[in-house]
Amino acid sequence: MPTNPAQPLVLFDHVTKRFGLTTAVDSISLEIFEGEFLSIMGPSGCGKTTTLRMLAGLEEPSEGDIQLAGERINNVTVSERDTPMVWQSLALFPFLNVIKNVEFGLKMRGVSATERRQRALDWLERLEIADFADREISQLSGGQQQRVALARSLVTEPRILLLDEPLSALDANLVVRMQGVLTKLQKELGITFVYVTHRQSEAFAMSDRVVIMNQGRIEQIDSAKGIYRNPATRFVAEFVGANNILTGTVIAADELIEIETPAGRFKCAENSDHTWSIGDTTSLVISADLIRLSTSAVNETNEMACRFISEEFVGSIVTVLAETPDGADFRIQLQQRELSELDLNVGATIYVRWDSHDAHLLRDTT
Amino acid sequence: MIRAKAYDGLFYFYVALVFVFVFLPILTSFVFSFNSERFPTIPLGHFTLHWYTLAFTDADVWDAFRVSLIVSVSVAFIATFLGFCTAYTDYRYNFFGKSAYLALSLLPPTIPLVIMGLAMLALLARIGMSGKIISIIVSHVVLCSPFAMAIVRMRLAQIDPNLESAAWNLGASQWRTMREVIVPFCAPALISAFCLTAAVSFDEFAVAWFVSGLNKTVPVIILEILQGNTDPRINAIGSVVFVTSITLIILAQIIYMRKSSRKTLTGF
Repeated sequence: MPTNPAQPLVLFDHVTKRFGLTTAVDSISLEIFEGEFLSIMGPSGCGKTTTLRMLAGLEEPSEGDIQLAGERINNVTVSERDTPMVWQSLALFPFLNVIKNVEFGLKMRGVSATERRQRALDWLERLEIADFADREISQLSGGQQQRVALARSLVTEPRILLLDEPLSALDANLVVRMQGVLTKLQKELGITFVYVTHRQSEAFAMSDRVVIMNQGRIEQIDSAKGIYRNPATRFVAEFVGANNILTGTVIAADELIEIETPAGRFKCAENSDHTWSIGDTTSLVISADLIRLSTSAVNETNEMACRFISEEFVGSIVTVLAETPDGADFRIQLQQRELSELDLNVGATIYVRWDSHDAHLLRDTT
Repeated sequence: MIRAKAYDGLFYFYVALVFVFVFLPILTSFVFSFNSERFPTIPLGHFTLHWYTLAFTDADVWDAFRVSLIVSVSVAFIATFLGFCTAYTDYRYNFFGKSAYLALSLLPPTIPLVIMGLAMLALLARIGMSGKIISIIVSHVVLCSPFAMAIVRMRLAQIDPNLESAAWNLGASQWRTMREVIVPFCAPALISAFCLTAAVSFDEFAVAWFVSGLNKTVPVIILEILQGNTDPRINAIGSVVFVTSITLIILAQIIYMRKSSRKTLTGF
């Protein structure tokens, strides 16, 4: 059934899930559209997996409605939902061989033996594991098992695929390769992927939109870039990327907002429609990779003298850890080559500065 | 190194001694069942199948084997089914009084057999069910189900907890999942439980003696012959019983070990 493009494929309408006294998901509202790759990211216990399980029908919402293609599915049982899931543990059937695993969903739908074998084989071919069709699951490598799990979920040609941290058991190289497989597949099929993970690299690399959850609530929904550059809350600013956060009070609100913090006074060009007034408490967020560093002062606005503490080498990029005048940590990311030219000693005074347009003010400071 | 080797040697010797202690009486009976002499003495006489021929020309012995076979096969079916149901309930559900439920379902083997036999006789006589083949079956089911449950429970402990949800998620109803996922996953344990409960029922004497009445099982008839006089037929029948039971038990072990040694969890 075709849906109106404006109508979301999935709708969470003020959905709450309680387990006894704990609230795992706290009144979330979320729209997921046809054909998008949406990631739900957050620390463990933030409610991301519970959200996914409610969509699959494995948990029943305590309050609120979940709609799939415009229909309320709160009372539809798991087996009648057609929301296949790729599990963190993969949950392949160990007593069935590869092709029988893939055929399972078709068998449950009463597809004839010859047809389901053919369709399963097509999927194995598409995922480049047709050679292993008659092998036992235990004879496959982790990456191959991953592909079997994908084929098993996709064989029924669903409109939506749920993925619950499917790459967490793989080693780093394989993760990157499987990310490629997943994005390519999603583009080709044009179906909706809902991907739950706690890893920023996975969510950012693959998703059209990312949902950040914390303590059962949604903190922000935006593109990866939006979340990285414009974190909406302090939690997001701290959870995502390498952000420096300076808390202070608004002392001037003209074209540029000026704030006073224990580390000094800084100016920020606020581009949101929020109107700031003098005396507001706020936090200034400045991403570590947008900061310039030198050994002498140039007396620009947004300049601060810090003490060099250490450097952390991660390939071509280094993260410098410095201490602000009031003793807080401050991070700067720059090219390894640039840092070695500066030739810094521990304890040396360094000057950091940034453009007023690169900083970002947070409304909530809790 | 030398000391460690010496300890190892000592340990193997000790284990061997335990085996001799356990199996020597059975072996003796086995050897004398082929001995021509009427009394178990050394030196041995010549090799003979006389006692086997004698034992198995006796209609009572045949009857006993027939009863034992019917009983043990029925018991194996029922006890394995009950054991599976109990183990699955334990795996799948949490409910008030679960530990009491578990304790009760594992209790029967801890009750002394004589007491169990007596209690069974008292109950079955009262409801008019004593002295029949079914009375032996009922009593043995009570005795054997806990073994079946323990075996299936061990198997279910190895299951990936998402396996059932994965089947539902792929469109299988709860019953279909039971048939397509849980039972196949437990198959090695079920076969093994079947063999083991059959073996336990086949050798069980005390309870069968109380409730069997005229439908004697093999262990019961052995005692009856023994009470008459020393008769090497006992050795012959005993050897057959022993070979049957040990075959079933070894079979159970092999099936369980081989099938479940295949990796049971995937992904990790």
